[in-house]
Amino acid sequence: MTMLQGFQIALHALRLNPLRSFLTMLGIVIGVASIVTVFAIGSGAQLRLQEQIRSIGANVLMITPGAVYQGGVRLKDGSKLTMTESDVQAILEQIPEIQAAAGSIAGTAQVIHESKNWNTTINGTTTGHFMVRDWQLASGRYFSGAEEAAAGKVVILGSTVARELFAPGDDPIGAQIRIMKVPLEVVGVLDRKGPAQDDVAFVPLATAKLRFLGSASNINRDSVAYIIAKVAADGQMAGARSEIENLLRQRHRIPSGQEDDFKVQDPAAAMEAQQGAIRTVALLLVAIASVSLLVGGISIMNVMIVSVTERTREIGIRRALGGRMRDIRLQFLCEALVLCLLGGAIGVGGGVTLSMTVARMAGWITSIDGQAIGLSLVFSIATGLIFGFYPAHKASKLSPIEALKTE
Amino acid sequence: MTASPPLISLQSVSRTYRTDGIAVAAVRNVSFDIEQGEIVAVMGPSGSGKSTLMNMIGLLDLPSEGAVYLEGANVADLSEDRRSSLRARSIGFVFQSYNLLARHDAIENVALPLVYCGIGRKERLARAERSLEAVGMLHRAHHFPRQLSGGEQQRVAIARALIASPLIVLADEPTGALDSRTGAEILALFAALNRTGQTIVMITHDPGIATQCNRTIRLHDGELVGDETQVQILPKRSAAS
Repeated sequence: MTMLQGFQIALHALRLNPLRSFLTMLGIVIGVASIVTVFAIGSGAQLRLQEQIRSIGANVLMITPGAVYQGGVRLKDGSKLTMTESDVQAILEQIPEIQAAAGSIAGTAQVIHESKNWNTTINGTTTGHFMVRDWQLASGRYFSGAEEAAAGKVVILGSTVARELFAPGDDPIGAQIRIMKVPLEVVGVLDRKGPAQDDVAFVPLATAKLRFLGSASNINRDSVAYIIAKVAADGQMAGARSEIENLLRQRHRIPSGQEDDFKVQDPAAAMEAQQGAIRTVALLLVAIASVSLLVGGISIMNVMIVSVTERTREIGIRRALGGRMRDIRLQFLCEALVLCLLGGAIGVGGGVTLSMTVARMAGWITSIDGQAIGLSLVFSIATGLIFGFYPAHKASKLSPIEALKTE
Repeated sequence: MTASPPLISLQSVSRTYRTDGIAVAAVRNVSFDIEQGEIVAVMGPSGSGKSTLMNMIGLLDLPSEGAVYLEGANVADLSEDRRSSLRARSIGFVFQSYNLLARHDAIENVALPLVYCGIGRKERLARAERSLEAVGMLHRAHHFPRQLSGGEQQRVAIARALIASPLIVLADEPTGALDSRTGAEILALFAALNRTGQTIVMITHDPGIATQCNRTIRLHDGELVGDETQVQILPKRSAAS
């Protein structure tokens, strides 16, 4: 008897008892579906983090305001903008590892083009911002020096904003849009960087202060909300970080022993740590899901043992008609394998559906991974072989004479 | 006539079962030959060892002492796998209770031994059709056993026994579960098969059936008590050919 004949016989036997076959494979279905879903959610979360890490740019340090004491009262982090444009200049000029740096202030506002409008982040910054983040233009140009110095009425749009304000065929470059009643000329549209990053409109720092965000009480003429800086090489991150800290303590005249009024962070490193945590949690969940595969395997073994007992006479007939012991073993092993494979396939379908539903309902990013699907199918086959072997072996060992005598 | 060995030869065959430490001799020191083309009845009361003898001739069991030869080869020297393959190709079993697989239709039941001869599905079904036709059951090819009468089921079982063109058909009380008229039809079928040269060994305790066979082997308490060749009711086929 060949493997193919074994599978044909197995399929025939399983079709005769569809409900029992389905219940038997349910454990495998649930196990495989959970593994596929957990993998999809886990790798989706990793993808999102990777995208965020990419969008920040490589080797980027971020300097944000820290705690401030005012007359002995400690205020909330960031309640006072402690960094200034001259801090940006100092960092650029005095720290050789820093390739580019830019200060930003940000707020939200309505942007309007003809009959369309959109609420987005307005980021006032300098061209250095795009250098730090390796952010290329899709079309147009960055700000000119004159525009940065003289608060030029120009804007560079993120791709989401460009899409929302302009019809697909329209070229935004040169068009007039309005932000808080101020007309601005679109000079550039940025490349896509990721859904969370592309919803933004950049204006020169001076323009933002003068025309939009300057009225906020905690912004004075020279201050910026945060600074981003690009370090030349990966190995220089720690050194550059402490140099920035020293420089800013000096410039902000912070006596030794007192807390900094700023924080230097490496966002990519923080996210990588987060990514590791996600991976650990996902592996843990997969391990738990695997337990249900084990339970599924045991239930298949149980049903197969019952089935061998029920079909003792059939086994006797097959042996008398020339079935070898290994033919009988193959027949029952094929049944267990078909149960597991079918269960695995249904489980993959269920897992894919489930993770797509989760993605839609919860708004999570999920990523269906061919490797995870392959792996769970391999697991199902292994389960079938391991838990199908004993009943099949038992069937093959039956004496044909005794088997023919049973009712 | 060439000096070819007999189809089946039993030489001083004994079979002892041991249950709970007590040895029970089911067959004791039985010797006889069966030649190609014979139709033999094995008679005896229940417990006389008929079935044990059939199991040994059918390669399902091995003697405790003595030897069974199939075409001159001692079956004890063959591997279990080889004996299984020989059952598929050389032995056709017909049982009292038909022993058809309930969940397969007639044609699939008939084709079953060919699965173990490694024959592809298409040829299996073609040969099963011819075999069903030979027993007059082609019109019931796609009926399941429960949809068939006893006589019809036994015809399907005979078709299954014949499909691999076996050396010998072993029938264990083939009419035991049938009414006398249907039983007579099945016997007529066996007789017709024998006329085409098919060797048949039939267990029975019905003397009326035994008289239709050209030879009767009688067993009592596991011992051979009679081996007689009857007046020819069925014309005996010449062994040549």
